[in-house]
Amino acid sequence: MAGKTLYDKLWEQHVVKEREDGTALIYIDRQLLHEVTSPQAFEGLRLAGRQPWRLDANLATPDHNVSTDKAEREAGIEGIKDSVSRIQVKTLDENCDAFGITEFKMADKRQGIVHVVGPEQGATLPGMTVVCGDSHTATHGAFAALAHGIGTSEVEHVLATQCLIQRKMKNLLIRVEGELGKGVTGKDVVLHVIGVIGTAGGNGTAMEFGGSAIRSLSMEARMTMCNMAIEAGARVGLVAFDEKTAAYVKDRPFAPKGEHWEMALAAWKDLVSDDDAEFDKVVEIRAEDIKPQVTWGTSPEMVTTIDGTVPTLDDAEDDVERSAFTRAYEYMGLSAGQKITDIKLDRVFIGSCTNSRIEDLRAAAEVAKGRQVAGSVKQALVVPGSGLVKEQAEAEGLDKIFLEAGFEWREPGCSMCLAMNADKLGSGEHCASTSNRNFEGRQGYGGRTHLVSPAMAAAAAIAGHFVDVREF
Amino acid sequence: MKAFTVHTGIVAPMDRANVDTDMIIPKQFLKSIKRSGFGPNLFDELRYLDEGKPDADNSGRPLNPDFVLNKPRYQGASVLLARENFGCGSSREHAPWALEDFGFRTIIAPSYADIFFNNSFKNGLLPIVLDDKTVDELFKEVEANEGYQLTVDLEAQVIRKPDGSEIPFDVDPFRKHCLLNGLDDIGLTLQDADDIRAYEEKRKQQAPWLFPA
Repeated sequence: MAGKTLYDKLWEQHVVKEREDGTALIYIDRQLLHEVTSPQAFEGLRLAGRQPWRLDANLATPDHNVSTDKAEREAGIEGIKDSVSRIQVKTLDENCDAFGITEFKMADKRQGIVHVVGPEQGATLPGMTVVCGDSHTATHGAFAALAHGIGTSEVEHVLATQCLIQRKMKNLLIRVEGELGKGVTGKDVVLHVIGVIGTAGGNGTAMEFGGSAIRSLSMEARMTMCNMAIEAGARVGLVAFDEKTAAYVKDRPFAPKGEHWEMALAAWKDLVSDDDAEFDKVVEIRAEDIKPQVTWGTSPEMVTTIDGTVPTLDDAEDDVERSAFTRAYEYMGLSAGQKITDIKLDRVFIGSCTNSRIEDLRAAAEVAKGRQVAGSVKQALVVPGSGLVKEQAEAEGLDKIFLEAGFEWREPGCSMCLAMNADKLGSGEHCASTSNRNFEGRQGYGGRTHLVSPAMAAAAAIAGHFVDVREF
Repeated sequence: MKAFTVHTGIVAPMDRANVDTDMIIPKQFLKSIKRSGFGPNLFDELRYLDEGKPDADNSGRPLNPDFVLNKPRYQGASVLLARENFGCGSSREHAPWALEDFGFRTIIAPSYADIFFNNSFKNGLLPIVLDDKTVDELFKEVEANEGYQLTVDLEAQVIRKPDGSEIPFDVDPFRKHCLLNGLDDIGLTLQDADDIRAYEEKRKQQAPWLFPA
């Protein structure tokens, strides 16, 4: 009998009951909650007169709508200028208070983007099932946890039953072998993967990232990669457990301690795909082929390398893609064949659940140190992923490096990733962004997003246009 | 949840691939704490010529005459014909809420993003998967015939065309059952409460660190 994949193992450990129709009731160990996708779920519980099944499995924090401006943050919830945003954050506080759910409120230094906070607190542990009403929940798969985004009805379902009705996904392995070049980060690897398999390439699968290049990456880089599995269509991203996973988790507030730590560690060692495991599909990637990536269009698969050009219609596979390219040229204000390094930037955003952790900020600061943001760049934002990331960065003096270089140093939140708060692009503005989606309007009405790594974003801020960070 | 049995309606063709959830319902409208009222802002950036604001009156906004749902021939459409990977992007259930609130009851496409697909069933919106070729033919027929309607019969798992011919489709039996009867998943799962408790007891022995006292 063939061995099991990591996903097979995680799945089997969480089956409460298999149903005849091929679906299964799956137990959920951790639910993360934020203000955007939870209000209707709590309302549903109330209307049905139901109580949460297990309070201690839930952890909440507001992130999408919070202001990242210092003065506004110090003014508390009333400091959120937009009235509808304010109501959402207030509603989360009220719901968590009423039901007794642990919440890191806006003023708490542990507040931040849910996908930064979960791992930071050890609330995400290897072997867990982790869900959140947010597609970037795939992030937590970096810990060999089965993690995926869910809709609001499912948020309510998990609150009420601690379970989800699921159908098993297929197993996809992305194997990246070899050594990554200088200046090539987890972000570049995952953008390259999306470029190869497309935004629907992972639909219906749990996508495990394996191979020597992945083993060499830090936990934070692995989180960046799993975070964007969903941009390749996979709800689940996964990386096998190893000593780096253990080292990252150890001693975090919610992590097991003492005897439980030893027990957990012993169990976690099995959270790897067996050597003879059978995947439904394997995609082989050579690490040496990956260069720093920049997206040029309005879908993450519209990506090329920093030394590349905007593709022409001849590069499109079919009529559907040709029309998508044509629309993207127009929306992005770019022409076929244009050099990526000729794209000028109006704004730069370093942050989001993809790239706002301490290593991301260090990489950007290293590039920014002793340099100046170009005069043509209207705004360059650095937004740490949590209050604790911010504190750590300040202890290392990174805030000063950014401020001296002309970047803005902000309070933690989702910020300009998705334009649900005051940080957004103006129509027609080009932005070098470390976030995850370059959809039309994502960062603001008419805004033009280019996805890049933190170091590439910092270099672009300084040059005023895209530059190859390897030569910068 | 609204039950879905047999539905007949005008078909609107959305001829682009990878329609993402930001396109279906832009982020500024996610700030509502209700499930209803998203219809007027469905496809907001494609549908209107100005920028949409939450809580604003949409009735006087300039419409984009080129957008499919604004064309007179597709008024009252309740069947959406779409291309591959429909609903990609975020997990926002506001996307099916907006489609449903606008008046769509079913979508026909070659493929969907997983989370969107899941969310649709939970809101009485039936996402049907047909092969590329069949979808292509439907696009041509819709284009050629003003007022083109399809009938979707969930019980029989067929789509009936105006000429009486039928296209069969697959649907997950459990989802079909829930949709036909308008059943609430939570109530069904809670019938298994004893199984859930038994799992928790077993799991506490194996992995006590997951159940801190």
